[in-house]
Amino acid sequence: MIEPTNSIVCNEVFKTFGVGDSMVRALRGVNLEVRFGEMMALVGPSGCGKTTLISILAGLLQRDEGEMAVLGTDPSALSNHERTIWRGKNVGFIFQQFNLIPQVSILENVAVPLLLRHHPKRDALDRAAKLLEEVGLKGRESTRPNKLSGGQQQRVAIARALVTGPRLLVCDEPTSALDGATGQMIMGLIRELTAAAEHVVVVVTHDERIYHFADRIAHLDDGRVTHVSTPAEALAESAQRMGDAAKRH
Amino acid sequence: MRTIAIKMLFGDTAKFYGILLGLSFATLLIAQQASIFVGLMSRTYALIEETPQADLWVTDPTMQFVDDTKPMQVTALQRVRSVDGVGWAVPLFKGLLVAKLPSGARQICDVVGVDDASLIGVPARMVKGDVSVLRKPDSIIIETRGARSRLAQPINPADPTGPKRPIEIGEELELNERRAVIGGIAETKPTFQNVPTIYTTYSRAIGFAPANRRTLSMILVKAAPGVSVTELRDRIARETELSVYTPKDFAWTTINYWMTQTGIPINFGIAIVLGFLVGIAIAGQMFYNFTLDNLKYFGAMKAMGATTARLLGLVALQGAVAGVLGLGLGLGVTSIVGLAIPGDKLAFKMTWHIPVIAAAAVIFIVVASSLFSMRRVVKLDPSEVFQG
Repeated sequence: MIEPTNSIVCNEVFKTFGVGDSMVRALRGVNLEVRFGEMMALVGPSGCGKTTLISILAGLLQRDEGEMAVLGTDPSALSNHERTIWRGKNVGFIFQQFNLIPQVSILENVAVPLLLRHHPKRDALDRAAKLLEEVGLKGRESTRPNKLSGGQQQRVAIARALVTGPRLLVCDEPTSALDGATGQMIMGLIRELTAAAEHVVVVVTHDERIYHFADRIAHLDDGRVTHVSTPAEALAESAQRMGDAAKRH
Repeated sequence: MRTIAIKMLFGDTAKFYGILLGLSFATLLIAQQASIFVGLMSRTYALIEETPQADLWVTDPTMQFVDDTKPMQVTALQRVRSVDGVGWAVPLFKGLLVAKLPSGARQICDVVGVDDASLIGVPARMVKGDVSVLRKPDSIIIETRGARSRLAQPINPADPTGPKRPIEIGEELELNERRAVIGGIAETKPTFQNVPTIYTTYSRAIGFAPANRRTLSMILVKAAPGVSVTELRDRIARETELSVYTPKDFAWTTINYWMTQTGIPINFGIAIVLGFLVGIAIAGQMFYNFTLDNLKYFGAMKAMGATTARLLGLVALQGAVAGVLGLGLGLGVTSIVGLAIPGDKLAFKMTWHIPVIAAAAVIFIVVASSLFSMRRVVKLDPSEVFQG
């Protein structure tokens, strides 16, 4: 039975790509719960199913089997059109490569999710300007993305992700294109801006240096969540693994 | 969002100019070649347009177009005049004759002989002199283009290949060993043959022409007041067994001859098709590549809640903006070229149909390339945005 106090609940979620010899079982019975106000990091080796899982949680892909609820809705049960509308209302995205439109200003980039929903232009730009101020880019509104550093571009992407006021924020490797210090600053900013209880943040990462920003860490391997730990436990496990590897060599 | 879509188009400078260049070049080729074709075709019936007084043109039944003169017996004029409902009927001579110029050079000229009494058929726009000059002995009227070009005389008679001046009133030509004095200069529409046109009286024209039993090239007819032109046309044809045309029918008969009996339409058609293909090849490919380059942004928009219809609308808007700009630029350049080159050098006539045809071609190019681009957007899986 799905627990209504949780923002995300997955019970035995399966996802398979392809058929026959080319069939790949990306998820093999994922069980996961994320609470309202929580930042959950998804970690694990490449190909373990992290990206597939956040794509299903964000309503970009549909599960094949299992039960799930995201913000009280099963996005996989919606039609394509309904799922698109649901994403627009409820989900903010932060991508590894920012995906900012290079030909327009950062103000317009931030306003894009609102404009796509036919929001009045003036109001959309006002809200975008406010978000840019919150991410520390006040005064740079008319700048094109390619005139900014990687960290600044990711700040624009954060503003864009939050401009519609989504309750779920999914971040795909948000620090992988940034240096260590900038990555820390970006995660700190995400944490700060999503501190309100109603936000749920799911972060896919390989970067152990940002583990401590998460409330909990879900470890995936071979299409399953093997266990959920605290950041301290995850770092200890990682240190243990590295030590064991060093001894073997 | 429309502004952002347009900024995306303008912002990718290299591709935008490529698309614009492709569309405007296609428009230029299509519109310019079509305008020249229409210009040439309209010159084939210039004589009909220069003779608006006639309701009907009567010719030998074997005549296929205006310049294809098949002389009739002079009695044909009397037979036409005797048909009930004819207001007036006058003879017209038309034939190519060799003129000897004052410099001694020889030039083929199109000689038009009009009715001695009424002078119906003489051009209306006289630049120098008056039509009544034709009542003087040996008098002829020439047209301005011929006076400035093929009939022009050397400034220094001792140097016939040197600089030339327009031939003037009072100078003499020889037509078939007979003296002809220039009494007037008229402004006329250019003809397809592009040789100087000489106007004179019918009786003088047949005197210039080599002796021939049949001299009547055409008969110009005016219907009597209250008589239906079409009924009169049918009656004359029935009673005289000659071909009878309204001016519009005669013009179309002439155009149809050139369209069906010569390679002109094929040559122009090839150029127009090439323009169309150039448009598809350059603009279509550029627009497709532009959309491919922006797929990751469209993917991100799809992830952020943009419906496929919304994205297709943006792609269609980008295509429409590129199409309108390319069409406008191409038609603008075509018009400038048409206006800049004198009419006697370039047969150019842009009727309203030509911009419409060019617009249809550009719409086809833009829609075809947009559809290819849209296919990619429709098939775009928003989860691909998480794949680096």
